[in-house]
Amino acid sequence: MPLLEAAGISKVFGKLTALDGAALTVGEGEFHGLIGPNGSGKSTLMKCLAGALMPTQGRVKFINTDVTSLTPPERARAGISLKFQITAVLPTLTLYDNILLALQARSSLLDLAFSRTRGRLHEQVMTMLLQFRLADRAFDAAATLSHGQQQWLEIAMALACRPRLLLLDEPTGGMSLEERRVTGELLLPIKQHCSLVIVEHDLDFIRDICDRLTVLDQGKVLASGTVAEIQANRSVQEIYLRRA
Amino acid sequence: MSSTGTGIQPTPSVLEAAPSPVKASAFLGRRLPSLELALLIAALIAPLFLRDYITVYATRVLILCLFALSFDLVWGYAGILSLGQSLFFGMAGYAVALLSRDFGVGSIFAVLPVGTLVGFVAALLLAGFLLLGRHPSSVVFVSLGTMTGAYAADRLARGSQYLGGQNGIPSIQPMTIGAHELNEGPGFYYLVLAILVLIYLLSRFLVRSQFGLALAGLRENEQRIAFFGYKAQHLKAIIFAISGAIAGTAGSLYAFHEGFVWTNMLGVVMSTQVVLYVLFGGSGTLIGAVIGTAIVEGLSFWLSDNYRDIWPIILGVLLLLVILFRPLGLISLVLGERERVGYFGPSLKGRRNAAS
Repeated sequence: MPLLEAAGISKVFGKLTALDGAALTVGEGEFHGLIGPNGSGKSTLMKCLAGALMPTQGRVKFINTDVTSLTPPERARAGISLKFQITAVLPTLTLYDNILLALQARSSLLDLAFSRTRGRLHEQVMTMLLQFRLADRAFDAAATLSHGQQQWLEIAMALACRPRLLLLDEPTGGMSLEERRVTGELLLPIKQHCSLVIVEHDLDFIRDICDRLTVLDQGKVLASGTVAEIQANRSVQEIYLRRA
Repeated sequence: MSSTGTGIQPTPSVLEAAPSPVKASAFLGRRLPSLELALLIAALIAPLFLRDYITVYATRVLILCLFALSFDLVWGYAGILSLGQSLFFGMAGYAVALLSRDFGVGSIFAVLPVGTLVGFVAALLLAGFLLLGRHPSSVVFVSLGTMTGAYAADRLARGSQYLGGQNGIPSIQPMTIGAHELNEGPGFYYLVLAILVLIYLLSRFLVRSQFGLALAGLRENEQRIAFFGYKAQHLKAIIFAISGAIAGTAGSLYAFHEGFVWTNMLGVVMSTQVVLYVLFGGSGTLIGAVIGTAIVEGLSFWLSDNYRDIWPIILGVLLLLVILFRPLGLISLVLGERERVGYFGPSLKGRRNAAS
């Protein structure tokens, strides 16, 4: 039974149809790449999955529950986490506090007011920072990080909410080759407890870490299948050739 | 006047004694407590050196500090631009004035809780309307909404005979503690100081807790923390109501200290004034709100005495200069960014251990 099932998703902005009946199915522990030319609707679909946008039509089912009408906090609590395309770390807070902020999101108000979870979460914060190679910067302001490090911090924050499904919108945007490689390494271990939907322009990166791919073109699904199947697909080759 | 001036605004000496702000991070959060302690000591001994009429003025300033704290909590910590903060201040003032006029109730143990509750409930109701929609409300919507609230209350009070119309409610009986009547002077001063310190410490506890971290997230990027699973609107409503309660406490003290309430207490003028205090001193630090209030009020007092005709112009230019060259307020002369924003994780010792 799939973890996420989105079907018939349409999103219309005024006269522009960004999504036209798109569908996406993601299994447990699956890394799913979402690719397609610019303007094909990838980011819009991600936002519809995370609740940042409400689809004009279509349903989103997550672990057998219809989440179409849930708000972003409700979806987050259900286990869907989103990393924004534009980095949205909180620049004046320390790295430590950025992670703690994400980790404590489901604590009760009383726990927050009396800082009851602060001690309990310390180990988890440091583990996340170590895992993403940021531990030595723990008490610096997030604004002092390089762009690539901010992306890692952002992924760490998205993961800190212990999601079942992580939505990553262009995690390697603006990264160097070396940083991309490391990002791939950092993502692989999460497979044990979390599925991934990833929007990315770097097709090599996608090919290296994803199990399945969905190709969008003009708001519609052009093809969906394993990486090998997609690579052999004629019409997919065509749209990428057309662009090149 | 110079000897009296330092009593009301004891900060300049602290500012001069402080080393350059560049090295602030090296102190790892040590400078703020010293500043707070120095101000507290100055406030404690001030009445010993001040003439009585200035102690009375200083009492009013302390009450306004409390009011400024309430605005700082919503704007400086949670990023809610409440341009109608006086609504809660004034409503509480009117409520306790009516208690005194119509029911002869003046006991501190009745009027302060009632005033605080009035501020709390009024803020909670307004928050329900302005902040608790399905979608996050914009800063403009909230600021115009709160401002309209204060403006409307001002007009309503002006038109209401029961509330005394333009003249407000005059000659409120003094507040009592048991059989003791509390008149303006050192006694009232120390009472207000004690309440201010108490509420300051409670606020300090709150903004440095994990709840304070959530508020910081709210201020910096509300949308982001909603995607973590925070119910951002609820957090906003809660801090808004707490701030309303503090404004209510301040308003009831103000009513009894001045001995009357009038429509300005509810209106836009008072709301704007509190914004100026906090911007001047530095929003997002509790001590900044206190310093801003003390300096703005101290300056107005001194200037109006010495430059009777043009003092508002001088004050206005000074405020503009500070906001132009020190957009983070005077406090940014003393505290670096790290100390203003603070740490929410482990203590200094824990940080050292974790870093090594």
